[in-house]
Amino acid sequence: MSEQLQSDFDKLVKTSKFSDEEIKFKKNFLNNFIKNGFPNRKQEDWKFLDISQIIKKNISDLGFFNDYSQSNKIDPSVLVDGLEHNKIIFINGKIEEIDFNFEDQNKIEIIDETKKDISFDYENSLIDLNSAFIDKIFKILIKKNYFLKKPLIIYHLTNDKIRSTNINLRLDFELGENSCLKLIDYFANTTQKNFINIFYNFNLEKDSILKNYKIDKFRNNNLKYSFNNIDQENSSVSETFILSAGSDYFKNEINCNLNGEYSSAFINGIFSLEENQQHEIRTTINHLVKNTKSYQLIKSVLGKNSKSAYQGRILVNSKAQKTDGYQLSKAILLDETSEFNAKPELEIYADDVKCSHGSASGSLDENSIFYLMSRGLNYQQSKELLINGFLMDVVEKITDVEIKNLITNIIGLKK
Amino acid sequence: MDTREKDIEKLKDYKYGFTTDIENIKAPKGLNEDVIKFISNIKKEPQWMLDFRLRAFERLKLLKEPNWQKPKYPKIDYQDLYYYSAPKSMKDKPKSLDELDPKLLETYKKLGIPLQEQARLNGIAVDAVFDSVSVATTFKGELTKHGIIFCSMSEAIQKHPDLVKKYLGTVIPVTDHFFATLNSAVFTDGSFVYIPEGVKCPMELSTYFRINASETGQFERTLIIADKGSYVSYLEGCTAPMRDENQLHAANVELIALDNAEIKYSTVQNWYPGDENGKGGIYNFVTKRGLCKGKNSKISWTQVETGSAITWKYPSCILKGDNSIGEFYSIAITNNHQKADTGTKMIHLGKNTKSKIISKGISAGFSDMTYRGLVDINSKAKNSSNYTQCDSLLMGNKCGAHTVPYIKNKNFDSNIAHEATTSKISEEQLHYCQQRGLNPEEAVGLIVNGFCKEVLQQLPMEFAVEAQKLVGISLEGSVG
Repeated sequence: MSEQLQSDFDKLVKTSKFSDEEIKFKKNFLNNFIKNGFPNRKQEDWKFLDISQIIKKNISDLGFFNDYSQSNKIDPSVLVDGLEHNKIIFINGKIEEIDFNFEDQNKIEIIDETKKDISFDYENSLIDLNSAFIDKIFKILIKKNYFLKKPLIIYHLTNDKIRSTNINLRLDFELGENSCLKLIDYFANTTQKNFINIFYNFNLEKDSILKNYKIDKFRNNNLKYSFNNIDQENSSVSETFILSAGSDYFKNEINCNLNGEYSSAFINGIFSLEENQQHEIRTTINHLVKNTKSYQLIKSVLGKNSKSAYQGRILVNSKAQKTDGYQLSKAILLDETSEFNAKPELEIYADDVKCSHGSASGSLDENSIFYLMSRGLNYQQSKELLINGFLMDVVEKITDVEIKNLITNIIGLKK
Repeated sequence: MDTREKDIEKLKDYKYGFTTDIENIKAPKGLNEDVIKFISNIKKEPQWMLDFRLRAFERLKLLKEPNWQKPKYPKIDYQDLYYYSAPKSMKDKPKSLDELDPKLLETYKKLGIPLQEQARLNGIAVDAVFDSVSVATTFKGELTKHGIIFCSMSEAIQKHPDLVKKYLGTVIPVTDHFFATLNSAVFTDGSFVYIPEGVKCPMELSTYFRINASETGQFERTLIIADKGSYVSYLEGCTAPMRDENQLHAANVELIALDNAEIKYSTVQNWYPGDENGKGGIYNFVTKRGLCKGKNSKISWTQVETGSAITWKYPSCILKGDNSIGEFYSIAITNNHQKADTGTKMIHLGKNTKSKIISKGISAGFSDMTYRGLVDINSKAKNSSNYTQCDSLLMGNKCGAHTVPYIKNKNFDSNIAHEATTSKISEEQLHYCQQRGLNPEEAVGLIVNGFCKEVLQQLPMEFAVEAQKLVGISLEGSVG
C-alpha cells in the first residue's frame, strides 16, 4: 500500500497548488501514516471493529488521489427543506460553498488555515492520513456574545466522479465567550465504496454552547470515520447527537476535555443497523477540574448480521472532585446473527465523585409484545412501537425543538 | 491503651511476616530444561509428566510476557529465580502428621492452622503447601470412606495417573498465556481433589499456601474434579513472610464440573503486600479457570483479596454444559502502594447458561484498583443471561479505582446487564455512626463491611469471620 500512497501523493502535489512549505508538512504526515498504517485490532481502541481489515474487505482498490483542481456542481435537491439554515457544502473532498447568509457577517470569521502547522497531538494514524491528503483547512470563528440565528448544516456529498477513494475533511471551530453554534452534519453520499475521514476540532471558550448533530441515515456503501475533539472552558456546554444508520461502516469518536469548572458534555447516540453494517461509537470524557458533568446515552437496534460497538471511557483526574458522570448503553438484538459489544470504562482518581455506568442488551421483551398484541396490534406493529419508544428516549434528549422535529422526521419516529 | 487498641497495634504490621528456619533443598537457579528435569526427577515423576512439562517449556520459549495490565512492574528476571524449594526433611515423605518436622508444625500454628487440632475439631480437611511442596493432608481416613481423593498433586501423579492424565491441562492448556505456561513447565505441587459420582463432600476442603524461602517463585497447581452429581466446597488461604524483594507467585487452578456437579471455590488471599512505601511484596499472577463441562453444573468463585503487592488474576468460568451456572464474588482491597487488576471472565457456550458477577473494590492510600471483566455470550448460547455489578469505594484522592468491563453479546435470546458505581463513604454516614458512639475507624469498618456484605455472606462460616477481620486490618490507618 505504501507505494500507492506515495504515487498518489506525488500525483496530488502535481495537480494542486500547494506551497513548498505545505508540501513539507504533508510529507511528514504521509511518512507517519506509511509507518503506522491503518489502525488494527491490536490497538485497544480498535479491538471490536478492525478498520484495516474492513477496508481490505470492502474497498480492495482504495485510492488516495483526489483531483482538487476540478469543481463540482451542487445538486439542490439534496438540500434540507423546511428549515432555514446556513450551509457548508462538501463534495468529493472539496469544500465548494460556505454560506452564512442568515448571520451578521462581522460576527463570523472564516480563516484559511491551510498554510499553518496543523499537527494535532493525538495518537491516531487516521489523523495523519487526513492531514497528508487534505485540500484546504478552514477555521470558523464565532465572535464573543454572538448566537447564530440559524443552524449550520454541513452537507457531506459525493457524486459519480468518485469511487473507491479516500476523502478527507477537517474543520476547526472556535466559539468565543458566550457564543452559540448549532451544527448539523448531514450525510447524503450517493456514490459507493469511499472511505471518508472527518476531523473536527472545537474550542469552546467560557459560557459558549455547541450543539452538534450527526445524521447518517440513508443507506450507502461507504466507510466513514469521524473524530471530534472538544476542548471546553468554564461553564461551557457541548451536546453531541449521533444517528448512526446509513453507512456500511461508521465509527464516531468523541474526545472531550473538560478543562474549565462547571463545564459539561452530553453525548447521545442511536445505532439503527441492518444487514452487514458495522458501526461503532467511542467516547472519551476527561474530567480535569472540579465540578464538571458528563452524560452519555447510547442505544442500538440491531438487525440481521449487523454489529455495533460502544466504547465509553470516563476519566476523572485527581483534581476533579465533585465530578458527576453517568453513562448508559442499551441494545436490542433483533436477529440471532446480530452482535453487540460494549466496553464502558471508568478510570477514577478522585474520591468525592459520583460516577456510574450501565449496560444492558437483549432481545425485545416478549411480555411487552404480548401486552400490545392483547390490545389489538399485530406482531409487527407491536415490535415497531416498542423500538420506536426505545429510540425516542434518545431523541427526546435533543434540546433544540426545531432540530428535534427534523431528526424525528428523518428517522421516521412517531411521537 | 485498652485491649482493643493493643490488638490493633499488634495487627498493624503484617501478622504473617515471620520466616521459619528450615533447611531447604533448592533446584539450581534459573529456568532451563535441566531444572525442569531436576524437578521431575526429584518428584519421581513418570515420563508422560516430564513430557507435559517439556512441551510447556518449548511453548514458553515462543511466548512473550503480557503487558496490557494496568499495574506495571519492573521486569522479572526468570533466570534469577529458584523454581524448586522444599523443606529438607520432606525428602522422605512422612507417613502421618506425627512424623512431620516439628518446626513445620510450629509454622502452621503461627499461621493459625494447627493441623492436628484442625483435623480433630473443625472437621475441615487441610492440605498445606509450604513453599512449593505439599506437606500434610489431614482427615484422610474420613475422606477415603466416601471415596474422595484429596491429596497433593505429586501423590496424585503417582497414585492416580489416569485421572491426572485425563484432566490436567484440559481447562488451562499448556499453550495458554505466558504465566500459565510457565506454571505448566515448572509447577512443583498443589492439591488434587476428586469427588466421585453422587458424593456430597461431608466437609470443607482447605489448602494453606505459604512462601517461605527467599528468591523463590511459588508455582502450585490445583486440580479439582467433581464427577456427576457431586458437590465440594474448597477453601484456599495464602500467606508469605516479609521480604524486601518481590516474589512471584504464578499458580494454575483448574476446576472441572461434570453433569449436575457443583464446585464452590473460596480464596482468602493475604500474601505479604510490601511495606508502606511499596517495597517488597508478592506478585500474585494466578490463572484460575473452571469448566462447567456437564449439564446443570455450577462453579462459584469467591475471593477476598487483601494482600500482594500486585494482584493480577481473573478467575473464569467456561459455561459449556447446557443450563450451567457460573458465579463470581469478589472483594479486593488495596492500601498503601498495592495494585490490583482483577475480575473475571464468563464465557457462555451452552444453552440456558447463567452467570452472576458481584465485585467490590476498595482502594485507599496510594493504591490502584482495577476491575476488568469479560462477558462473552456465544451465538449458540441461546437464552443465556448475565448480571454484573461492580462497585468501587475510594478513600482519599491519591488512589484510583477503575472499571473496564468487556461485553460481547452475540445472541439475541440472551440478556446482559452491567452496572457499576464509584463513590466514597459519605460524611453523613460517618457522622451518623460517630453520633452513636463509634470512633471513626470503627465507623469505617462497619460501613465497609456493609459494602462487602453481599460477598462475605458467600464465604463458609469460618472464613467469613476471618475475612471480616482481614477487611478491617487491611484498612487500618487509611482513615483521617
